[in-house]
Amino acid sequence: MSPSDSGPPGSGRDCFDRRGRIAARFAQLKAEGRGALMPYLEAYDPDPATSMALLRGLPGAGADLIELGVPFSDPMADGPTIQLAAQRALKAGGSLAGALAMVRDFRRADDDTPVVLMGYLNPILSYGIDSFCTEAACSGVDGLIVVDLPPEEADELAIPAREQGLDLIRLVAPTTDEARLPKVLEGTSGFIYYVAIAGITGTRSATRDALAEAIPRLRRHTDLPIAIGFGVRSPQQAAEAAQVADGAVVASALIDTLAQSLDERGRARPETLRRVLDQVRGLADAVRGARVSA
Amino acid sequence: MNQQPLPNSLRQGPDLRGRFGEFGGRYVAETLMPVIQEVEQAYNAARNDPAFLAEWRRLLKDYVGRPSPLWLCERLTEHCRAASGQPDKGAKIYFKREELNHTGAHKINAVLGQILLAKRMGKPRIIAETGAGQHGVATATACALFGLKCIVYMGATDVERQAPNVFRMKLLGAEVRPVTSGAGTLKDAMNDAMRDWVANVADTYYCIGTVAGPAPFPQMVRDFQCVIGEETREQILAAEGRLPDALVCAVGGGSSAMGLFHPFLDDEGVAIYGVEAAGRGMDTPEHAASLNRGRPGVLHGNRTYLLQNGDGQIQEAHSISAGLDYPGIGPEHSWLHEIGRVTYVGATDGEALDAFQLCSRLEGIIPALESAHGLAQVLKLAPTMDRDGIIILNLSGRGDKDIFTVAKHLGEQL
Ligand SMILES: Cc1ncc(COP(=O)(O)O)c(C=O)c1O
Repeated sequence: MSPSDSGPPGSGRDCFDRRGRIAARFAQLKAEGRGALMPYLEAYDPDPATSMALLRGLPGAGADLIELGVPFSDPMADGPTIQLAAQRALKAGGSLAGALAMVRDFRRADDDTPVVLMGYLNPILSYGIDSFCTEAACSGVDGLIVVDLPPEEADELAIPAREQGLDLIRLVAPTTDEARLPKVLEGTSGFIYYVAIAGITGTRSATRDALAEAIPRLRRHTDLPIAIGFGVRSPQQAAEAAQVADGAVVASALIDTLAQSLDERGRARPETLRRVLDQVRGLADAVRGARVSA
Repeated sequence: MNQQPLPNSLRQGPDLRGRFGEFGGRYVAETLMPVIQEVEQAYNAARNDPAFLAEWRRLLKDYVGRPSPLWLCERLTEHCRAASGQPDKGAKIYFKREELNHTGAHKINAVLGQILLAKRMGKPRIIAETGAGQHGVATATACALFGLKCIVYMGATDVERQAPNVFRMKLLGAEVRPVTSGAGTLKDAMNDAMRDWVANVADTYYCIGTVAGPAPFPQMVRDFQCVIGEETREQILAAEGRLPDALVCAVGGGSSAMGLFHPFLDDEGVAIYGVEAAGRGMDTPEHAASLNRGRPGVLHGNRTYLLQNGDGQIQEAHSISAGLDYPGIGPEHSWLHEIGRVTYVGATDGEALDAFQLCSRLEGIIPALESAHGLAQVLKLAPTMDRDGIIILNLSGRGDKDIFTVAKHLGEQL
């Protein structure tokens, strides 16, 4: 589909609103008999140009879906790696508006790879929920993960998001019990994000056994695809996660590589892009090699 | 804390969703939701359990030393009368002396309630955030008393400026973890405490130090702190035969203030003032005046007024007082601000320093820098009130912890 020029009133910008990229991608992967690799990178980390180049490079390196982190000053569910990424991004001028602009740019060349924005509620409130949802859809965003928005508080965002065709992807945690699951799953669309550990990002990893028990339990309550995140670092872990569930989210491991590639003053070096994308390639190879047993 | 509020009372909040008007709620990651609901259920059971309340009251009386006195400040009153320059002006000033509590501040009131709750829930590991260190010291104290493991998150900046309290916590057997993210102050300590809780929900209770955080914390901490206002009410009726004309308290997160204010919210004749830290001035970028200069948003589990930039990024607060150095405020204050029941004003670093010294010399009481912000407002207000007026300040804490900071600002070497 090519961009229509029916942007939001008065904006005169291209509009990439298109529904169902996430569902289409998971259907395609199911047909291929494999799970999804979903890299997470922080928008504007370490600078807008490098971040944009990374985003553009991800599909070619094997990303099936992309999670773009929206920098926030107080990322309460994140460990040191993503905290520092957010600080670098904010220092480089990162914002929710900046993340939307990146997606809009990305969409000029890629109309198929789903992009999910992941972050915290306050920047969205500050932007204005309604205008955010309109702009996000038009920029070609497909889904939202808002870490500090549990189902009990979600209506104010869920309703306008649904109207704009944005999937509101909920987190399910190891602490979410059977009694609570239906409430969490209600109104969820796109996919389910299973938080593999009770903890913050970039710390521990779940065992294979723990996942093998948790994911079937979750499947009994939903037909949506399930992605596993938090603690998925190595190609092997990604392959296992994509096998036991439908997708693997890798964040801190990639951002660690990015951080290590920076110079003493925190600036990207010529090899930054290649090192991160090479790692994505390694993860993608492993995920693609791991067939889903029927 | 069992009194039933009147139907059209301002004391009914929060609603079932933990909201005071539009403020409050429960904005946390899914991982934390179950444990927070567990805290809520445990608290609702405990607050209706006479044995729980009796044990808490016993601790307040025999361990904390309650009731705290209500002190008529004769020399400060005279000072303000003289300052008014008018024969009929200058209200009587009283201090509610929370600084006399064991551990030196009001924080212990709510800590003991929460630690009893944690015991009841079977959580052997306690975490807390602290700014001035008063809440950390109170939590470390209660954990020592009950034999619980205690970890206190404290911003690295605050570790430095509140060194005496850091050592106190260590003596009490707590582990103090300095937090270096952000500006290394209270906000950052609270982030790290939340991160710890997410990773340790099974055995850990998060003892929040103020009337903020996800529901039920704002209500629970307030309910426990209401002992301040309930005592004050009885004491002023005994001393003067009537209610005061004005109440004043500094607000950081706002627990000392909610504790004093709440029992008086329905008394129309009582004017109520919350004092925010105006730092280097409310019209400079360096202050902690969330209500006067912030706007509503979501942080640390609740919707409330926050200092934030145009992109919704939380800004660092500034105050000479570590306990007020926070870019948010408890959600019930946001509501009281919007409905206009409480007037929120500011006091600068300089005004607090002046009040700190005046109080020491005129009353022989060295106040906490937090409380000195409240006193600065009293010094502005009392001279404008009639001579037969009554104004009560919540003297929320003692200033021992602040002498190094104050000495530095006065250019003295200790
Ligand atoms: C003595 C004292 N007063 C006031 C405060 C501010 O907190 P709150 O507004 O919750 O009472 C603190 C916080 O550390 C404190 O130590």
